[in-house]
Amino acid sequence: MKAAPFDYIRPVTVAHALELLAQHGPEAKLIAGGQSLVPMMAMRLARPAVLVDVNRLDSLRGIAAGPGTVTTGATTRQRDLEESAVLRGAVPLVGAALRWVGHVQTRNRGTVGGSFVHADPSAELPLAALILDARIHLSSQDGGARVVPASGFFIAAMYTATGETECVTGIDWPVWEGPGVACAFEETSIRHGDFAMASAACQIQLAPDGTCRRAALGLGGMASAPLAFPDLAEALVGRRIDAAAAREVAEAAVSRSEPGTDLQADAAYRRHLAAVLLTRVLLRAGAAPVTALAA
Amino acid sequence: MSSTFPAPALATVEITVNGRAYRRAVEPRTSLVDFLRETLGLTGTHVGCEHGVCGACSVLLDGDPVRSCLIFAVQADGLSVTTVEGLAPERGKLSALQDAFCESHAMQCGYCTPGMLIACQDLLAHNPQPDEAAIRDAIGGNLCRCTGYQQIVDAVKLAAGAPAHG
Amino acid sequence: MADAPRDKAYEAFRYIGRRRRAVEHRRFVVGQGRYAADIQPPGLLHVAIVASPHASARIVSVDASAALAMPGVHAVVTGDQLTPELEPMLPGVDAPKVERYPLANGVVRYAGEWVVAVVAETRALAEDASELVEIEYEAAPHIMDPERAMEAGAPLVHPAHGSNVIFRRVFEWGPVAKDFGAADHQLSYRVRWGRSSTVPIETFVVTCDWNDATSLLDVWASIQMPKYPELLARCLRLPGNAVRVHFDVDVGGSYGVKRGLKHSILVGYLSRMLGRPVRFLEDRLENMRGGDMQGPDRIFDVTLAFDADGTVRSMRMRAVDDIGAYSGRSPLQLGKPVGAIVGPYRIASVEYDAISVMTNKTPQEAVRGFGQAPTNYAIETGMNRVARFLSLDPIELRRRNLIGKDEFPYLIPSGTTYDSGDYQAVLDKALNAAAYPDLLRERDALRARGLLAGIGVSTCLEPSGGNSAFEPLFNPKNPTTTWMDSCLVRIDLNGAVTASMGTSTSGQAHETLVSTVVGEVLHREPDSIRVIHADSLGALPSNSPVGSRMAIMLGGAAAGAARLLRDKMIRIAAHAMQVPPDAILWDGGDAVLREDPSRGMRWGALVEIAHRKYHEMPEGMEPGLQEKFVWEVPTGGKMPTADGRVQMYPCHSFESHVVLASIDPETGKVALHRYAVGHDCGVMISPDVVHGMTYGGIAHGLGAALMERFAFSEDGQFLSGSFADYLIPSAHEVPSISIADHCTPSPLTSFGQKGSGEAGYLGGPAAIAGAVNDALAARGASIDALPMTPPAIWRALAAASTASTPAHRELAPAFEGEKC
Repeated sequence: MKAAPFDYIRPVTVAHALELLAQHGPEAKLIAGGQSLVPMMAMRLARPAVLVDVNRLDSLRGIAAGPGTVTTGATTRQRDLEESAVLRGAVPLVGAALRWVGHVQTRNRGTVGGSFVHADPSAELPLAALILDARIHLSSQDGGARVVPASGFFIAAMYTATGETECVTGIDWPVWEGPGVACAFEETSIRHGDFAMASAACQIQLAPDGTCRRAALGLGGMASAPLAFPDLAEALVGRRIDAAAAREVAEAAVSRSEPGTDLQADAAYRRHLAAVLLTRVLLRAGAAPVTALAA
Repeated sequence: MSSTFPAPALATVEITVNGRAYRRAVEPRTSLVDFLRETLGLTGTHVGCEHGVCGACSVLLDGDPVRSCLIFAVQADGLSVTTVEGLAPERGKLSALQDAFCESHAMQCGYCTPGMLIACQDLLAHNPQPDEAAIRDAIGGNLCRCTGYQQIVDAVKLAAGAPAHG
Repeated sequence: MADAPRDKAYEAFRYIGRRRRAVEHRRFVVGQGRYAADIQPPGLLHVAIVASPHASARIVSVDASAALAMPGVHAVVTGDQLTPELEPMLPGVDAPKVERYPLANGVVRYAGEWVVAVVAETRALAEDASELVEIEYEAAPHIMDPERAMEAGAPLVHPAHGSNVIFRRVFEWGPVAKDFGAADHQLSYRVRWGRSSTVPIETFVVTCDWNDATSLLDVWASIQMPKYPELLARCLRLPGNAVRVHFDVDVGGSYGVKRGLKHSILVGYLSRMLGRPVRFLEDRLENMRGGDMQGPDRIFDVTLAFDADGTVRSMRMRAVDDIGAYSGRSPLQLGKPVGAIVGPYRIASVEYDAISVMTNKTPQEAVRGFGQAPTNYAIETGMNRVARFLSLDPIELRRRNLIGKDEFPYLIPSGTTYDSGDYQAVLDKALNAAAYPDLLRERDALRARGLLAGIGVSTCLEPSGGNSAFEPLFNPKNPTTTWMDSCLVRIDLNGAVTASMGTSTSGQAHETLVSTVVGEVLHREPDSIRVIHADSLGALPSNSPVGSRMAIMLGGAAAGAARLLRDKMIRIAAHAMQVPPDAILWDGGDAVLREDPSRGMRWGALVEIAHRKYHEMPEGMEPGLQEKFVWEVPTGGKMPTADGRVQMYPCHSFESHVVLASIDPETGKVALHRYAVGHDCGVMISPDVVHGMTYGGIAHGLGAALMERFAFSEDGQFLSGSFADYLIPSAHEVPSISIADHCTPSPLTSFGQKGSGEAGYLGGPAAIAGAVNDALAARGASIDALPMTPPAIWRALAAASTASTPAHRELAPAFEGEKC
């Protein structure tokens, strides 16, 4: 299980990295943490001729709070997200999602950008980004910088809106201002830390009277990419999130999913599981203040 | 898929391992664990799966535990690595954690042990008094087939000065 | 942590049963273990394998020219080239047409079978070259389901054998028909043990170095296999003394499966061919797919005959085991359970229909327990079903059937005598360790929270002291009864003690075992005693650590050699002091007079005489201090009777598990809340080692029960090649476990010890499955196949609810991806 040969280049600036991508096109692959890419290279399922290491480009790394968003650089470590009080406070769903991501050794290396471009359909951070409609910053030498909403970013596993000469440079996570924001993330895998058979996430803002003021929800592992359901979320606004409402939304969401069958779970189980998990997260987030849920 | 393989250019890396600087020319595709084991002859770090699941190859990279099968040696150029061979305070002595592993019979075949020690060393550095849940979480990415983990949990408690299982 | 043993049986000992740090740990914690992959002779070449992508196919052509043309590639070898140079590996039973060689010959019989071996300067280069080997296949019909494989007209895995059934024998022990006729009730059920294995974290690795000048093949391998050096030499057509296996490597886990004979034959051949040291280090995919180490894969159909009071009178058991595409020891895994076919119960008669079937799957290899854990699971499932049928507490049902402590030695219908035991006491200890009344309350609290919750209990045997009695039982053409182990102990001129064993260790702490035992006999501090692993040319015979045998057999051999040395030193002292030997007492390593312990001769003086003062030795005594002890398995040496009765293993350890499980009724996910096990393996020489293996065996059993599965698609593709697909439990899944020790010494062994290498695994899956089914019973559901994954449990729940409420559209058919 040894990678096929490749050339390794470690550019010193983002511009240099983009130049290398422009030069080598599909032969080149960016690497940062490598936690998804390296196993695929070891099994020779991925075999880039040129590996461009952006891991040490400081401008791609960091967590910064701005008006209405928190921006995380593409090579920010998952463990850095986990340890960022700013991010956890402003975008609690990220913290809730990270509880389920891998193990400490992989979170020490794994980056947010890597998780996005690898785009496993059951990956946690892409699901969180999708339902919050985070914005993904992309850059290339020829096309310059552009921003893609998460709703247009994730297409399938290993397949995103990222062009072959583009680099993800950062992610803007929307901050929900005001009181009463709660979120929940839940998934089921046979072994802890593995990719889930299905996952569900939501973020809810409750009005003082306990009705839903704002909602976002979605499912992971239920199609070739994570799924968000803005219309179902919108339909919750003004309602109290009780068991019937949660179940109704969950079943509607699942009815639009197209899960596959694999070694660990078949499609029928995944549908059932996703409905259970989405019902649970809606009830948890819809019933409790944020402080109880973000942990 | 059939393809041809041009002779790859070697890359020179400088990596400090257990306080000693090494400079070697390697193929870029050489993983950090192969670099440690095959290039440097530091065979204390073990290979279990080569795809990032078992944790046997865990080392500290600039102080943080990582899986050395998921890093190419070229990526560690200029960085500092600590392996199981570097955990003892001095030759002939054991660290408190190593000592506790011996005392608690926290291993059988010894194959996952280096990775376990690295994971637990990192845990105790960040959380000197971990409870059982924290210990199990810290070693949750390191598979052991001999111990059922119980005596490893005991060892970490012992190293942390807490009573083991009653 | 389990308490150090306080049983009276230990009072006679100085070192046995005392806590002691394992000798081996000191090197492991500093990264100084010496594993086979750590040995890298200069000039080492590396092997990569080109494996079959088909479950069944004819090999039309192989074109290796592009691979051979690559710089750094030294050889590309096919079966056509290799096979004529070799003797075939043995099939374990009388099936000479089921031929097996390292590389495929003309046809491939499973996806992953080795077709071509590539040798290059580095492993990466060998992998590069292996991609350039062009092989043309013509796909052929395949068969994946063992029951269909038994039907007429099924594709034959080995047409020359004429059938996919490689072994079948129906045994009848005792008056089965009469007992069935007399019983109040009968109950039939089917259970399935899924294909899993021990899957050590170290894969198999072998390095061979042929020396033309000495005509000697040096071998370093992560091996745990009886008669490995001899089998390797035989297959390579070399004299036995031309193969030297270095047993002083640390083996990174095995639990039965590290038997890379085919790997070693291949690498030995390549090293001889190339005149260079050659290594094959399986990567994880090679290990899982073509490493031939998958475990039993069984369907049991069982009928129990029992009375209204719960007395189980008789059992009919049919076991179909899918051994995959080739045979080695695997059919014999149906043989070992003959020696404990009634478990710990007073079942008076048994019919046992043992069937080994070949399919186009990866071959099966010996796995911890050698087939006993699946059988125990099948028996225990029956006990739970009988209890439910009679509305009896499953614990009470067991109590009514357990062999009583006064009934030993106890002869079971299949001809094995159980040596000793006190099953009720161990069950009591397990219930006590589980705080059973609290456990019931905790179960009820879980149920009140809306979870399904249940308690599982198992009472299971671990036959120990590994013997080969199943070989003649399953193959009358193989009349073997010898299964010895040995130890050589010597005291050097400086008075230091060294013991030499003749096999490798894969985590069982044999150096600790031997030094404790030798220290016990000689009254020398165990930490002062060095234990070495002789190479196979220097070693006395060993049958390796299989069948939970080393505490008994290696411990017994070490004790025997040490006793000979002690006796010799006593005779030297008696001669010097002019007293008869029985006037001498051995005391702390010195020989003193029984009558007056203040008078005697010190250790050092006795050593001096033996090594340097022949004139002071008794006449005719051999100079020096070195003794060997080779001994046959206690109770061994007997052939089976014509009707298939045999003493299988000598000793019988016993374990009782009690576990509380809950199931999330919506997701089907199982959590284990409390786990206790009562365990009796007689005298524990190293309690920490025994406890460690028990914890590990339970974790492994948890994996087999809930998570681990080698899966194949219907078109014969292997689906579980990575650690992301084959799920080994982590510290998150394995609960904290309480062990309660009990000690019923064996009358057959040197210190009363029994074996424990398979502890935990032999009763764990049965108990966990029992707890799951106890939990499911509230919904009228049950599940009778391992592993019990969340989707499988959900389907069981859905099936039960469909049975009561019709037309549940969500219900899916059985998992479509694989049916095997």
